[in-house]
Amino acid sequence: METKLPPASTPTSPSSPGLSPVPPPDKVDGFSRRSLRRARPRRSHSSSQFRYQSNQQELTPLPLLKDVPASELHELLSRKLAQCGVMFDFLDCVADLKGKEVKRAALNELVECVGSTRGVLIEPVYPDIIRMISVNIFRTLPPSENPEFDPEEDEPNLEPSWPHLQLVYEFFLRFLESPDFQPSVAKRYVDQKFVLMLLELFDSEDPREREYLKTILHRVYGKFLGLRAYIRKQCSHIFLRFIYEFEHFNGIAELLEILGSIINGFALPLKTEHKQFLVRVLIPLHSVKSLSVFHAQLAYCVVQFLEKDATLTEHVIRGLLKYWPKTCTQKEVMFLGEMEEILDVIEPSQFVKIQEPLFKQVARCVSSPHFQVAERALYFWNNEYILSLIEDNCHTVLPAVFGTLYQVSKEHWNQTIVSLIYNVLKTFMEMNGKLFDELTASYKLEKQQEQQKARERQELWQGLEELRLRRLQGTQGAKEAPLQRLTPQVTGGGQS
Amino acid sequence: MAGVAGPATGSGAAGGDGDDSLYPIAVLIDELRNEDVQLRLNSIKKLSTIALALGVERTRTELLPFLTDTIYDEDEVLLALAEQLGNFTGLVGGPDFAHCLLPPLESLATVEETVVRDKAVESLRQISQEHTPVALEAHFVPLVKRLASGDWFTSRTSACGLFSVCYPRASIAVKGEIRQYFRSLCSDDTPMVRRAAASKLGEFAKVLELDSVKSEIVPLFTNLASDEQDSVRLLAVEACVSIAQLLSQDDIEALVMPTLRQAAEDKSWRVRYMVADKFSELQKAVGPKITLNDLIPAFQNLLKDCEAEVRAAAAHKVKELCENLPMEGRETMIMNQILPYIKELVSDTNQHVKSALASVIMGLSTILGKENTIEHLLPLFLAQLKDECPEVRLNIISNLDCVNEVIGIRQLSQSLLPAIVELAEDAKWRVRLAIIEYMPLLAGQLGVEFFDEKLNSLCMAWLVDHVYAIREAATNNLMKLVQKFGTEWAQNTIVPKVLVMANDPNYLHRMTTLFCINALSEACGQEITTKQMLPIVLKMAGDQVANVRFNVAKSLQKIGPILDTDALQEEVKPVLQKLGQDEDMDVKYFAQEAISAVAQRLRKLDFPVKDSEEPSAPGADKNHFLRPRGPGEDTGKEGAAVRDSQAPR
Repeated sequence: METKLPPASTPTSPSSPGLSPVPPPDKVDGFSRRSLRRARPRRSHSSSQFRYQSNQQELTPLPLLKDVPASELHELLSRKLAQCGVMFDFLDCVADLKGKEVKRAALNELVECVGSTRGVLIEPVYPDIIRMISVNIFRTLPPSENPEFDPEEDEPNLEPSWPHLQLVYEFFLRFLESPDFQPSVAKRYVDQKFVLMLLELFDSEDPREREYLKTILHRVYGKFLGLRAYIRKQCSHIFLRFIYEFEHFNGIAELLEILGSIINGFALPLKTEHKQFLVRVLIPLHSVKSLSVFHAQLAYCVVQFLEKDATLTEHVIRGLLKYWPKTCTQKEVMFLGEMEEILDVIEPSQFVKIQEPLFKQVARCVSSPHFQVAERALYFWNNEYILSLIEDNCHTVLPAVFGTLYQVSKEHWNQTIVSLIYNVLKTFMEMNGKLFDELTASYKLEKQQEQQKARERQELWQGLEELRLRRLQGTQGAKEAPLQRLTPQVTGGGQS
Repeated sequence: MAGVAGPATGSGAAGGDGDDSLYPIAVLIDELRNEDVQLRLNSIKKLSTIALALGVERTRTELLPFLTDTIYDEDEVLLALAEQLGNFTGLVGGPDFAHCLLPPLESLATVEETVVRDKAVESLRQISQEHTPVALEAHFVPLVKRLASGDWFTSRTSACGLFSVCYPRASIAVKGEIRQYFRSLCSDDTPMVRRAAASKLGEFAKVLELDSVKSEIVPLFTNLASDEQDSVRLLAVEACVSIAQLLSQDDIEALVMPTLRQAAEDKSWRVRYMVADKFSELQKAVGPKITLNDLIPAFQNLLKDCEAEVRAAAAHKVKELCENLPMEGRETMIMNQILPYIKELVSDTNQHVKSALASVIMGLSTILGKENTIEHLLPLFLAQLKDECPEVRLNIISNLDCVNEVIGIRQLSQSLLPAIVELAEDAKWRVRLAIIEYMPLLAGQLGVEFFDEKLNSLCMAWLVDHVYAIREAATNNLMKLVQKFGTEWAQNTIVPKVLVMANDPNYLHRMTTLFCINALSEACGQEITTKQMLPIVLKMAGDQVANVRFNVAKSLQKIGPILDTDALQEEVKPVLQKLGQDEDMDVKYFAQEAISAVAQRLRKLDFPVKDSEEPSAPGADKNHFLRPRGPGEDTGKEGAAVRDSQAPR
């Protein structure tokens, strides 16, 4: 339907005489926007507690831990832990209120106790503690309510059992952080399977849960030396699946944050395993659609690596150039930001290795019709360090970007961009006036050469296509009529 | 590929020599190396042309080594390359040289990007068929082994897809090795590889000897089905279908069922979802006896699963499940064992479950017959028609025809009409749209009187809907109704109401009048068009809103073919000329268009062209109203053409 709106000045426009009658003046917007009132129906909550049993024994409050003599403390503790292993249905918010309250109080007390009382954590309570934690936190996460859940746009689906779950996580954290905590005892229960299930929970849509998990996994990584390699390996499996198979995992940012601090602690020289993780996992992670959700953490990890080992720079930059966004301008801005972070720490010897492909890409960004991309790229020239690198290598960098800058300075639609480019060109002129003049002079010639090359290319392909057709039609044609006219042009193209 | 390869294979060497020197490989490679990705991509896509130019020998000795070495390109280029190479056998000299293509494809099968890898595997599978058994063992099998023992997961993942194509033609000793490699990939350390192996397990089982299936595949299947990752376990469910197809009833019971039962009760909803999703396939694979004993109870559980996703997947399968039950005792079985669960689902808390059910539930009526449908299913349909969720209502509405066959439209419309009338004013425009599309069918079945009484006012109300798509559909609906009920009915009931809208204060309503006239004029014929519609259209040429005016021009162009010369000459033309002088650019444009179309028309009426089958005027092509006509149709009086045009388009 035509979307043309009636002229705003309808009443003044003379109606054609002779053609009557004329309908009364119009309201411009004919219809009420009823359809705009769009309440998204929330789907009823689905349960994450598959193992919930409805007919369970009733919980009765136990005496307080601080009220019993030390001799009975551990017996009561383990009864309390058992009580906290009973699960409740939080979808039905009025069900079993008394039981829920008993468990909440018990959990609160446990949190208090493990955090402040010394001498509670003796060997026999470890299995009870881990069992209680496992029963509560390990569960198959429910399907997302919104299959196209966008972490930036949509409200997350919060965990209904959080009133209990939070206390369990808090207890777990204090347990790990307790001065009495002995990893050598706990490692019998906190094993690889435990860690694997812990990692799966990072997919939780509830940011509060992921926040706890992040701290907990970090402590586990710190305390259980034997699990470190395993944790790193499983993390990379999660990332790889996320990159190549199933672009959905809520906890990528949190996992990267932990990894950032892990990378920070890597010993030098870096092991091959770690370098491989950078090149084959972290770099491809840039190609994911939802990059914006975890880009800050990812960029931090990358820069951490480069600060550890500058020789990785070339690999990283070439990797980023390979995955450079082709259509998503928002991601392009992020890439430019990360590139600047990398350039901030780059060693001049590394810069030399990648300057040409890098600045060709930067030039392409400057010519982007999206002004934010162009602007972000041009901000590179505001960076003192980058500017000094450019100056030191102006014989390579200038020719790589000059043509594009020169052209864009004449064609870009956005005035801000044009003036920024003028500034850059001015900087170039001051940097090396002679080179600048040469480039300006040869610009036109190059343009012509480009056109010439394009023409030659077209002719080459035409010739090939004719040849192919003849070959398909029969053997004779191709033999009798060799395509001589192609020869000179072909060699001409080959030389340049 | 035969088309490209055929002539080249025969003549390549002989015919090629003459030209080869003209295309130095360097030039072609320069093209493949171009700095601009797009140009590189273009060159790769024409790789077969390059190979043809080089001839088979130089393609083998110069082009392929180059391609093998330049594997570090953009994924998009690599994807195109992987695809091309699958069809390259003819260009390298036929099946005897097919193995030359393996090195570049091997590298491509190890790259990071899944799409490229998958395409490389696809091409490798294609090429494997062109290998002789000897070449297969000498070149292809070693490649599979190398990939299967690669150090990064990508190559091992790719290997998983290649076992089944080389196994059938390998010798006994090699077969043993191949199985060994596959086994080790099934227990690979990386979940990605285990997933790839699990997804190819069924395919591999199909090419194995039955003994090996029982002794080797079944244990692998059992292991994968109890993997620590649910993403692996769920793929085993798929394999279950293929494996069960190969085994006898007893073997299925002993070897497969324990695992399948476990999968149906897996703690991860994704696995249970998979079981529900593959239910019909599983049902067919395990046969009727096991279905009755095991699958029906499992299905009942899935229908009342605690996760809505699982229930919805199961609900989708209700009809297929019932259809595939053995005829004997089917009705009783459905009535006793399935229907009670369906009744529950009709009032499920989750709209996706209800909507999944609504999309298939109507299909049950053919299976259960008229009496059961009226007694048991109709109440469910009615309940779903009144459901709060529009998608549920929509699914019921759009499947009404299958019930129609069983219980007849009278019965159907009487019980469903109140619900339909209610849905005609549904807040969701897609629901309204579905109802509109169903209207001509209903109208045809119910007859004029019933329609006028119950539905006519609805059809008119849609014309002033606030959603354009509804107004448009309502316009088309009117045309279809006129085709059903005839012009007299149109003249009495529809046309006056449509024409009244021409004076509506809302310009969108006024335009609807024009759109209706566009749609109805052909069906209504010359008389009504000239006497009733045309005056209104002409009057609207003086509208204040430009949109209305240029639609007047368009309408005049549309109804032009129906009018006679006098009307065109004396009434239409002056108004169009007036519009042609309009101050608005668009009005002017459309008026010019219409003027030239009308002029064509007038010329043709003055000088009938006997032998032309179609209006030959270039301007007329744009006018879709002028469909191709039969010979001679053009020459006669307009009336004839108009009557003919009442036939459905």
